[in-house]
Amino acid sequence: MFRRLPEIETALNAAAEAVAFTIDGRPAKARAGDSVAAALLANGVTACRNTPVSGAARGPYCMMGICFDCLVTIDGTGNRQGCQVRVSPGMAVETQNGKREVER
Amino acid sequence: MSKFDFEIAVVGAGPAGLAAAALAASKGASVVLLDEQAEPGGQIYRAVTETPVRDRKVLGPDYWHGAELMGPLRDSGAAHWPGTTVWSVARPREDAADGHRPLQIGLSRNGAAAMLTVRHVILATGALERPFPIPGWTLPGVLGAGAAQVLLKTSGLVPSGATVMAGSGPLLWLLAWQYLQAGARIDAILDTTPKQNWRAALPLLPGFLRSPYLGKGMKLMLDVRRKLTVIGNVTALRAEGAIGGDSALKSVVYTRNGAEHRLPADTLLLHQGVIPNLNLANATGCAQRWDEQQRCWRPTTDAWGATSVEGVSLAGDGAGIGGARAAEEAGRLAALDALHRLGRIGREQRDQAAVPFRAALDRALTGRAFLDTLYTPAEAFRVPADDTIVCRCEEITAGAVREAVRMGCSGPNQAKSFLRCGMGPCQGRLCGPTVTEVIAVERGVSPAEVGYYRLRPPVKPITLAELAALPKTDADIDAVFKH
Amino acid sequence: MTATASFKPASLCPDVIVIGGGLHGCSAALHLSMRGVRVLVLEKDHVARHASGVNAGGVRQLGRHVAEVPLSVASMALWHRIQDLVDDDCGFESHGQIKVAESEAELATSHARVAELNALGFTHEEVVGRDELRSLVPAIADHCVGALVSRGDGAAIPFRTTFAFRRKAIALGTRFQEGGAVTRLSRQGGLWTVETADGARFEAPVVVNAAGAWADRIAAQVGEPVPLEVIAPMLMITARVAPFIKPVVGATGRTLSFKQFPNGTVLIGGGLLGRAVRDENRTELDFSQVSVNARTVWDLFPCMRGATIVRSWAGIEARMPDQIPVIGPSGTEPDLYHSFGFSAHGFQLGPIVGRITADLITGGSTDLPIAPFHVGRFAA
Repeated sequence: MFRRLPEIETALNAAAEAVAFTIDGRPAKARAGDSVAAALLANGVTACRNTPVSGAARGPYCMMGICFDCLVTIDGTGNRQGCQVRVSPGMAVETQNGKREVER
Repeated sequence: MSKFDFEIAVVGAGPAGLAAAALAASKGASVVLLDEQAEPGGQIYRAVTETPVRDRKVLGPDYWHGAELMGPLRDSGAAHWPGTTVWSVARPREDAADGHRPLQIGLSRNGAAAMLTVRHVILATGALERPFPIPGWTLPGVLGAGAAQVLLKTSGLVPSGATVMAGSGPLLWLLAWQYLQAGARIDAILDTTPKQNWRAALPLLPGFLRSPYLGKGMKLMLDVRRKLTVIGNVTALRAEGAIGGDSALKSVVYTRNGAEHRLPADTLLLHQGVIPNLNLANATGCAQRWDEQQRCWRPTTDAWGATSVEGVSLAGDGAGIGGARAAEEAGRLAALDALHRLGRIGREQRDQAAVPFRAALDRALTGRAFLDTLYTPAEAFRVPADDTIVCRCEEITAGAVREAVRMGCSGPNQAKSFLRCGMGPCQGRLCGPTVTEVIAVERGVSPAEVGYYRLRPPVKPITLAELAALPKTDADIDAVFKH
Repeated sequence: MTATASFKPASLCPDVIVIGGGLHGCSAALHLSMRGVRVLVLEKDHVARHASGVNAGGVRQLGRHVAEVPLSVASMALWHRIQDLVDDDCGFESHGQIKVAESEAELATSHARVAELNALGFTHEEVVGRDELRSLVPAIADHCVGALVSRGDGAAIPFRTTFAFRRKAIALGTRFQEGGAVTRLSRQGGLWTVETADGARFEAPVVVNAAGAWADRIAAQVGEPVPLEVIAPMLMITARVAPFIKPVVGATGRTLSFKQFPNGTVLIGGGLLGRAVRDENRTELDFSQVSVNARTVWDLFPCMRGATIVRSWAGIEARMPDQIPVIGPSGTEPDLYHSFGFSAHGFQLGPIVGRITADLITGGSTDLPIAPFHVGRFAA
């Protein structure tokens, strides 16, 4: 679980810095400049997908584009690295069910 | 005569890349700085131009030094392409062009792939956190300490709820200190530094006493130890979810003096040092060697950062861990050598100009051996037990790797072909060092003998659509027509 | 065949030395071991290091050179009970192979091919029209008009397969010596001496040359030059996607091999070439060619356009000028047998060619027609 530092939270609540987007259809709020992965964590979403191998839950791990655990569907495109894409107004972020997607 | 898009491409806008690009461009070379992030700084100076954490004492003076590298880059005239992922560096076939064999860089930018033709490449790909394979390290809520630091720098996020930090190494202490400055709560730091490392490191202490890190590091550690619960001599760790569930972290179990203890935890931040991010160098064909002191693979370079591949140099932590200040100087040295190789400066001019940079590099590296030795992770955390996942992408356990060895797989590439270990999208970044060491121990030989993955481009995934629409360069068209 | 009279420890004195630990070397070793022959396999790197471990894994009769068809049909029978042969299913799945026709002209070629095979007495290939193509491959692009199909074909996992052959051969007594390249081959008094780069010497009455892209160097040692070309066919693989296709798909007018593994990843290849640097065990990819391959998939499988490519690679293979292998006895030396030059389509033939080589060594002949593959065809 993560929270904003108080002065940043205050600024975010006050002003134009807030970006409205959705997580699995639910409205959410982020700060301009947040990566999608950071925005998920800031909104209390620690698990963003389950794996295609065992179905285990995963969440952001490295935050620098190397571990590929923060894969999410962004505006309909799957398998995007949440930590490498900046959140933008109106963006639709969906968590991924990798296990269901690849089962025959 | 072949055309070049740029004379020099620098890959990565951390300290090494920023310094290299600025210096090379200031001497008149046409330079492009390619970087995956939206803003320059690399991981160490991540978001330094735009962080919401405005109180400078939180991230500390070492972080804000990064801002000083931006002016020289701007003034140098180097092109800066943020948001650019480099997925390949190679030379096209030998028969493509007569005489000149330019280097081709495969990159993705704004959703489109392109090939860029350059004469020299400086790879400044930096470091990544050493894998920390413990049971449960794949649970949501378990992150790298470096990852948590990125969250702080880019978004002003700090842990809330029950938080445990575990591991060893300077970054762990720095992050704890930054959290203290920011007023964030940490329940415990589990220090896994092996007791016997102090004995091994002691003879190296005199070097460290002259290190610029000493004063800063000591103060920081004392601060943290005074204000936070630090539990030392931790010899085993595991992360656990709810009973019967694996959806999120619930507790951290650690062993100290032979006894197990449990801490409730919503967040566990793991760290046991950093290692070179060598995937691009490896895929480019640069020779690499096992570094026993740093217990990692590092590309082989000369004093200027030149690799075994002509026209490709490396600077910074990607060539072996030395820290941010050393990276900066290594970047400048690599830039001077590139300018020399391109005929822009003579050998003497290069050597002359290098003197202050080399002196600064030596200063920055003073005491490194002490830190490397002190913070070498215990074998239990590098070579995990059978039930621990080593390959996160394909969910392959250490036990499966050992079984493959018993069936005749003698190295990581065979284990990869046999188990799919390291075949996922991370391309072995999170399992490679572990797989090498697990196989080495199982076979009773050195990691150097066991070897490492042969990595192949694209080193970062690209879409089929991007690849299909890849514009053809002149050299490519030549190659196609000669078929 | 009996052991040579010798007082050396049996383990040091094989009946046959196989040079090359690829699928063909391992298969020859396995079939020989099954008949009680003592075999030593010498591999310069490790088993399945090159083409045998990294090829596309197609198990295909479809579209083969007519000279290869009898061998391919016999090999297919072995594939369908591969578990019995090597105690492992090798990841073999048989959902057919399909070569799509993108125009009526291409479909006409397919009809001609079936007629040619039927005339020779083979019935494994057939032409299907637009509708049946769609029931076999629902994801195929709208413009495709039909296809050539071989329903008994399939695919397997190359490294696992070669490794399984190795394991079974070892269980039956074959020894493997990995990590030393053969530097010298000579024959004296009815005995071959094989020397390796690490300084070791081995002796045996019979040698099999299954050295793949390096086989010409072995042949040259016995004064038998062969026009072998070293090639590096490229492949790429995607991240896992939802299952949408079972057969392996190729194209009539373009280079393609396309298949989805049970785990969801999609393998794309077909023989577009990178560059092989065989003295360094290295290949270089040519992304202008990889891009051509990607474009073909873009055209034929619109659902794949957003898929991510996670890796590409190339294996080092031998290609002969007439695109068919060299199989059978040497033309210059007795007790030397060749098995190489499979020209990027040798994987399916692995099980049967090993048996043929064992037939030749233990019985002096084989019941399959191998005359077209004799090394003598290149003699000036």
